[in-house]
Amino acid sequence: MQDDVILKMRNIRKSFGGVHALHEVDFTLRRGEIHALMGENGAGKSTLIKVLTGVYQKDEGTVEIEGIQGEANIRSPQDAQNSGISTVYQEISLCPNLTVAENMFIGRGKGAFTDWKSMNTKADKMLRELDIPTYATEQLGSCSIAVQQMVAIARAVDMECKVLILDEPTSSLDEQEVEKLFKLMRDLKAKGVGIIFVTHFLDQVYEVCDRITVLRDGGLVGEYVIEDLPRVKLVSKMLGKELDDISDIKGEETGKAEDDGSVPVFEAKGLCSTEGIKPFDFYIKAGEVNGFTGLLGSGRSECVRAIFGADKVTEGKVKVKGKEVTIKKPIDAMKLGIGYLPEDRKRDGIVSELSVRDNLILAFQVMKGFFHPISRAKAEEYADEYIKLLDIKTASSETPIGRLSGGNQQKVIIARWLLTHPDYLILDEPTRGIDIGTKIEIQKLALKLASEGKSVTFISSEVDEMLRTCSRLVVMRDRAVVGELSGSDLNQTKVMATIAGGESK
Amino acid sequence: MKQKKSFGEIVNVIVHKQIFIPLAALFILVVFNFIADLIVNDGTSFFEITYGMSKDGYHVLSGNLITVIDNASELVLLAIGMTLVTAASGGQDISVGAVIAIAGSVILRIVCGDGSDANTLQAPIILAFFAACIVAMLFGAFNGMLVAYFKIQPMVATLILFTAGRSIAAWINNNELPVMNAPSFGYFGKFIPGIAVPTPVLIAIAGMILIGLVLKFTNLGLYAQSVGINPNSSRLNGINPEVIKLITYVILGFFVAIAGLIKVSRVQSINYSVIAKDIEMDAILAVALGGNPLGGGKFNIWASILGAYVIQMLTTTLFRYNVDATALPAYKAVVVVVLVVLSAPVVRERLNRLFASLKSKNEGKEAA
Repeated sequence: MQDDVILKMRNIRKSFGGVHALHEVDFTLRRGEIHALMGENGAGKSTLIKVLTGVYQKDEGTVEIEGIQGEANIRSPQDAQNSGISTVYQEISLCPNLTVAENMFIGRGKGAFTDWKSMNTKADKMLRELDIPTYATEQLGSCSIAVQQMVAIARAVDMECKVLILDEPTSSLDEQEVEKLFKLMRDLKAKGVGIIFVTHFLDQVYEVCDRITVLRDGGLVGEYVIEDLPRVKLVSKMLGKELDDISDIKGEETGKAEDDGSVPVFEAKGLCSTEGIKPFDFYIKAGEVNGFTGLLGSGRSECVRAIFGADKVTEGKVKVKGKEVTIKKPIDAMKLGIGYLPEDRKRDGIVSELSVRDNLILAFQVMKGFFHPISRAKAEEYADEYIKLLDIKTASSETPIGRLSGGNQQKVIIARWLLTHPDYLILDEPTRGIDIGTKIEIQKLALKLASEGKSVTFISSEVDEMLRTCSRLVVMRDRAVVGELSGSDLNQTKVMATIAGGESK
Repeated sequence: MKQKKSFGEIVNVIVHKQIFIPLAALFILVVFNFIADLIVNDGTSFFEITYGMSKDGYHVLSGNLITVIDNASELVLLAIGMTLVTAASGGQDISVGAVIAIAGSVILRIVCGDGSDANTLQAPIILAFFAACIVAMLFGAFNGMLVAYFKIQPMVATLILFTAGRSIAAWINNNELPVMNAPSFGYFGKFIPGIAVPTPVLIAIAGMILIGLVLKFTNLGLYAQSVGINPNSSRLNGINPEVIKLITYVILGFFVAIAGLIKVSRVQSINYSVIAKDIEMDAILAVALGGNPLGGGKFNIWASILGAYVIQMLTTTLFRYNVDATALPAYKAVVVVVLVVLSAPVVRERLNRLFASLKSKNEGKEAA
């Protein structure tokens, strides 16, 4: 093995029931480098990582790890850990009902007994070092998702690994937290750890990475030194085609931002739920795309959940198309023509073991009622139609949705709501953790719906994305609406300033 | 153009079907009995069905197979309800045996009236049955409420009635053991004059048809699975997970009442501490044998039903070879362990891999 190479994967093949997830993929990781693994959804990134960490068994190919004679035999995540490979997955895979310290040290004790006190001290010390705002004895489930993610990273870092895999670690972190993480990554890099960084954020790749390996459709596109691969080229390699212009999808202004005196499709006054948001006013008109923006935890999701009746609404007046209504639970909203794609796809969106077809028809089926099941043939028809329309990549409509890649799962959930033909669709973080191509498709879809006279509320952590899609932004800070921007105010600086508050910038 | 599937592929498809496990178990039992017939060769066959005169003077079918499908009837009905409960609530109702005792007690209480005359019905059976249905469904609703609204683990929630149910049953009849000797009361557990098939079999079939219709003409199946897999997501799609869970327990209550009617009709009396004893375990086993995840979610009701018949077949087979009634559970346990281990996802995964590697080796040979 060459001097500084610590991991060498060659000709990796893996297929699931005849579908090639990986096809002759090579991957090389050197000591002290941050190596981005890029590709669209279903390109094979997750599969490659899972092969490396022993979650899946490869069908063919070799894996060599520095310090291990011959071929590394990784058959389980435990083997991977023992070989010095640590992983932080996109979806947090810790135990929410244990404490932070227990999560950090679980499964790593030598004997059957645990010295709780020293474990907690050690954990606290590490949390302080990494600047993670929690305590060793805190129950993990009560921490925010961002903190949970950082605990997962702390756990991986502490395992004295040679290879650290970060699978979408930043998708639920805000900017400052991302900065902390990057600092941590650079420290580890200086210590000689090789880091595999899987992300969808291009900015982040160019900020911290040294090399990029691009996968597409389960095959290897190539390995590049970062300086040799400008952004546009990277995107075209990932998509396998030249991209016209990512930033120019909005096209002509919809021109609906100004109050044209028409009756709003949805209007709320002093709406407030049990989730601790301050009462807010909100309206949206036909053909409009607007959005809630703000930092993580600022109450964006809580607002739209209140609109949809997903949380218990405590006060406020709601009008739909000028008529006063009460929305107590989701079905009320659905019957009024409102659809809601939830923020946490895995927890609130998919019904993982059910087929793509059942997931797709679910909302429409519920609206039709308990005694009016959609016939199998009709359901099949709907499924085929939307699989084609949204280009959902699935082996068949029978496949359990849990087996699809994140972006395709998201498309099924979108299809679920499109099938109900809503007048007003709320998309809460529809682009989180999915690839660029799908992100753009989803943004385009939001605009297309608006051009058809529907209303869309679009929420994203990426301000760029919001600016590209929305004609009006409701800005939130500390669980309250603090401003509304439209027209010429819709630019990065202005949005940032409003989010941050009057005193800064 | 459709590709012709090789034999291996067809086998592969069948093996992956959920219903494969109970089918395979049934097949093994059939083969075992077939071979045993040949070896023992005492002139009787396990599979022999005779059409002869019963002691009541009617022409009826009899034989081991008839015994199996007859005695499995209560279990089949319970397995249907238990499958739904398992799917929606991710847990099992262990109080079904006790509630059968309650339902049976209610029926006897009503048909026996003041108990003055054990040979004539004091009230129509249908009335008694309706009363039992209402009572059993109320108890089902009680269980369902604890599970759905108070979020108590199903096994703990139903432990209450599991413990108290038989006392309640005894209390309904003032702790007496009522007897109803009117012949028509026995129709539901034995034979209806002129019909050669035991009535419980017909009732079980009616139960299957009923649930088949319910699953076809309502969304119960989809909702129960959806709620069992992801209640959050179900709620956001307009389903009320609590109501769905509650409904499954009430449906189970209904099937429990029918099973209760069959039970008391068979013996035309009731013994509170013995009636339907341990049947909850067999019902849960039927669900597990059917390959349904006991943690809830996806289900196949027909696999559970088949599982119920397999359990009864096993019991009858063991009885046939003169296994002592007290030793029966131990023998059964051995078989159950084997079946459950074989149907465990981990083991199936391993077996699948084994098949796959064998297949690829074969293909390698062919290619060479």
